[in-house]
Amino acid sequence: MNPRKNGILCLLLVLMCGVLVLSGCGGGGAATPPATPPAGGSDEPAAGEPINVGLNLELTGSSAEFGLSGQNGMKLAFDKVNAEGGVLDGRMFNYIPADNKSEAGEATSATTRLVGENVVAILGPMTTAAVLGSIQLVTDNNIVLITPSGTNARLTVNEDGTLNPWIFRACFIDPFQGEVAANFAMDVLGAETAAIAYDIVGDYSGGLAASFKQTFEAAGKTVVREEQFSAGDTDFRPIIENIKTAGPDVIFVPAYYTDDGRFVLQARDAEVTVPILGGDGWGSGDMVGIAGAENMNNTFYVDFVYMDDPSLQDFVSEYQAAYNRAPDGFSVLGYESAMMLVEAVKNAGGTDPEALRSALENLGEFTGISGTMTFDPETHNPAKTAVILESVDGVKEFKQIVEPK
Amino acid sequence: MRWTKYLIWLAAAGAFYALTLALSGAGFISRFMLMTMVQICIYIIMALGLNLITGFTGQLSIGHAGFMSIGAYAAGFLASTYGGRVSAALTEALGGAGGAAVYYIFILATLAAGAFVAAAFGVLLGLPTLRLRGDYLAIATIGFGEIVRIVLLNTKALGASSGLPVKNSVGWTTAYWLMLLSVVLIYNFVNSSHGRACISIRENEIAAETMGINTTKYKVMAFALGAGLAGLAGGIYANHMYLIHPNSFNFLKSFEILVMVVLGGLGSITGCILGAVVMTVMNNALSAFPEMRMIVISVLLVVMMIFRPNGLMGTTELRLPFRRKAAGGKEDVTHGL
Repeated sequence: MNPRKNGILCLLLVLMCGVLVLSGCGGGGAATPPATPPAGGSDEPAAGEPINVGLNLELTGSSAEFGLSGQNGMKLAFDKVNAEGGVLDGRMFNYIPADNKSEAGEATSATTRLVGENVVAILGPMTTAAVLGSIQLVTDNNIVLITPSGTNARLTVNEDGTLNPWIFRACFIDPFQGEVAANFAMDVLGAETAAIAYDIVGDYSGGLAASFKQTFEAAGKTVVREEQFSAGDTDFRPIIENIKTAGPDVIFVPAYYTDDGRFVLQARDAEVTVPILGGDGWGSGDMVGIAGAENMNNTFYVDFVYMDDPSLQDFVSEYQAAYNRAPDGFSVLGYESAMMLVEAVKNAGGTDPEALRSALENLGEFTGISGTMTFDPETHNPAKTAVILESVDGVKEFKQIVEPK
Repeated sequence: MRWTKYLIWLAAAGAFYALTLALSGAGFISRFMLMTMVQICIYIIMALGLNLITGFTGQLSIGHAGFMSIGAYAAGFLASTYGGRVSAALTEALGGAGGAAVYYIFILATLAAGAFVAAAFGVLLGLPTLRLRGDYLAIATIGFGEIVRIVLLNTKALGASSGLPVKNSVGWTTAYWLMLLSVVLIYNFVNSSHGRACISIRENEIAAETMGINTTKYKVMAFALGAGLAGLAGGIYANHMYLIHPNSFNFLKSFEILVMVVLGGLGSITGCILGAVVMTVMNNALSAFPEMRMIVISVLLVVMMIFRPNGLMGTTELRLPFRRKAAGGKEDVTHGL
């Protein structure tokens, strides 16, 4: 076969693949009935018409663990509502997943795709940067977005104090976590001095560190040492030596589990025995596996939920049955954000964008599976309980529940 | 003859543009498809730039996303910092419609600024590193891309790790015509004496040097032009995607662009366009099946490398059948377009 013919054949093959992929895509789109009623019809779609919900989640990439857990929780919630006959006289929820690859630009693409699929609401993304990439799009298109675990305060309220009217969240915000950790350090552990080590890559860690410091110093205690590192660092020994010399009563390390696992391991190796505290970034992934069960003794962290909580047991067993794995905090938040949407659709009596937005804004007191939370219409932030967990020989044990102020 | 050819191409390009406008106006092209088309344009511009560096000049560069992010942040910073004030001042001075038209020129100027800054960095990086060869250069460019990303991640004025929000003010029209402009630019460059010098470096650097070609100069020239195009693509990206984030321009992005160029054929303009289209369409079409996406793309690459190691097009160009005779005696370096 001569090379030119070979080339043309290959080209044709690729084009055919492309056409197949495209037509598959188009066919899928055509199969879903349009959500907007034909002109001249009633404003409200007929009873029984499915409610399209987009799930814009981190299904691949660096935060895939958060996205997959969240997606499982959301699907569980919607499947349950659908199995019970849906809402508003038999309208079912039709969820459409889209992968944002844990990346802001891809989250914008995913949101654009979901807007094209006529969704009335988007659940996710789980991480702050990916949510930021979707805010303008959902605002322009009047679609409500509920992020299960985007804890950055800026998502719902801009820096200049204005509200992002279409953005909601199911979790508490970063400053609250820092406060909770500081109060715990003072009141329960009786600390007079603290050292902080935080990750400078990202708002998350620095934000927690700042609110911890503020709360701690406002109570007349002292932060004796502040150290910084970058996510992905492997050698924490110089930082640990400095902290050891300063001799604090507690150490607060509010980063993600991979870095903090190494930090705890190296701190215990350097015979630093004081309590070490962290934020919800310790909650997913294998923190104990990295640090070692024995080294994790005398460490505490703030989390959304406590999985052995008796009121969660129905959820845990349903989740276990559906996915054959244990749920984590992100699955609970995914489930709760889906339930928030279901409740709002019921309250709004339909899927009119403005009615739905207003229903979410005025959700007020809402009972989720992890407890009761109260939504503030001014900030769209829920006031909800946080829990403090202690690691005892590699097992998370419930230490304290902190009510919101 | 030359002008007739250009006119035919221009008419074809205009007709395609009119067709897309009509189709999107009639609702046949969804918003997501339009965004995919803009992304295709962005990646074609990126791939053209990298193809000039890697395909035509033979210098392996894996830091192209670094140049893209420089262009994106330069354009995005200008647009987000001064855009509001410029827009307000123009509306006051010229009224709504006139102000909007001049504001569009301002946005185009930010794109040009992005391209220029990226090209300047291309020269800065090129001068010391282009004395390196092959894999040494590849490693140096990876390092450059990572340095840019880490610096952006830690620069508070540019939003650091929460990203820089930029208003969406560039759409399909701008992306499409800038993409065509880039194609014409690269096509003419490659067919000029400079382009021939670049190709001679790829074919045999020592022989080229012996023939009196200043290899460093041409390598830097190719690098600057390639980087400038990446910066332009970055500027379009910034003004189209609402938010730019340093991690959107990581090592994997550089690699994705390289894959497009290799898939299409190193040293073929139509090849890299084809590569960019295939990769972007596959990526977006498979976004509903994340677990399948990585597998399908990887399998495609493995199959490609086994059966067509030179890419879809090799170093040849797609050309219309009627051009074959018309090319006559003098042969284009790229065998006509």
